[in-house]
Amino acid sequence: MKVSEFAALSGAKILMDEYEDREIACGYTCDLLSHVMGRGQADMAWITVQTHMNVIAVAALLDFACVIVPEKLPVDPAIVAKADEEGIVMLASEKTAYELVEILSKNGVPSAKKG
Amino acid sequence: MMIKETYQVTAGDMTAAGDVSARIKRHMKQLGIPASVMRRVAVGTYEAEINLVIHSDGGRIDFAITPEGIDIRVVDVGPGIADIEKAMTEGWSTATNEVRNMGFGAGMGLPNMKRNADEFTIASEVGVGTDIHMLFRI
Repeated sequence: MKVSEFAALSGAKILMDEYEDREIACGYTCDLLSHVMGRGQADMAWITVQTHMNVIAVAALLDFACVIVPEKLPVDPAIVAKADEEGIVMLASEKTAYELVEILSKNGVPSAKKG
Repeated sequence: MMIKETYQVTAGDMTAAGDVSARIKRHMKQLGIPASVMRRVAVGTYEAEINLVIHSDGGRIDFAITPEGIDIRVVDVGPGIADIEKAMTEGWSTATNEVRNMGFGAGMGLPNMKRNADEFTIASEVGVGTDIHMLFRI
């Protein structure tokens, strides 16, 4: 499933002006960054309520396909600018993390495995 | 030719935390290090960098390529670790509530380093600092 397909299905808004429409290989939701470092894989979609700079650092280091912020949480434009600089796609959704996982799962995106 | 770089890490600067790991990753990419190795080094250096920012009074990360592989040494000045065995236990952390709210302090930093490195050693002296060595075979 491509990032754009996920956006269309979930109604999530892509926060970037331009982005690379990557294939999502797996998904994971967690707000503890060390758990994400331990679990994260390349091309992963990461759902998190954390919206600070370190989220972008983690996503860039592990080469994630996208970061999805649930529940209408505000994302600072400086974070989006940093994501853009690092080539990370950010999406924002009104849905809960649970609902977003359901969409990924129903469309064949597996859970990230332990790294 | 042996490649060796040293990167300074400033204590307390949460916004810049991760910058050194990003620079190390870019450096590895330029050198053509395989993606699977880069990933493991990225996890190790990021966790080390976060520890330096959160817990130490500042320190450095040395990156070297040796015949054995990628050699990372992390040296800080700071409070040190009183009980290393405890600090290596998953879930054990001394992080403040402030950094926990940012998603740090899960008590997975040192275990993540150990899990991803092929060799991991840690030495610490209370009131002096901590010295970590990680080797990642290519």
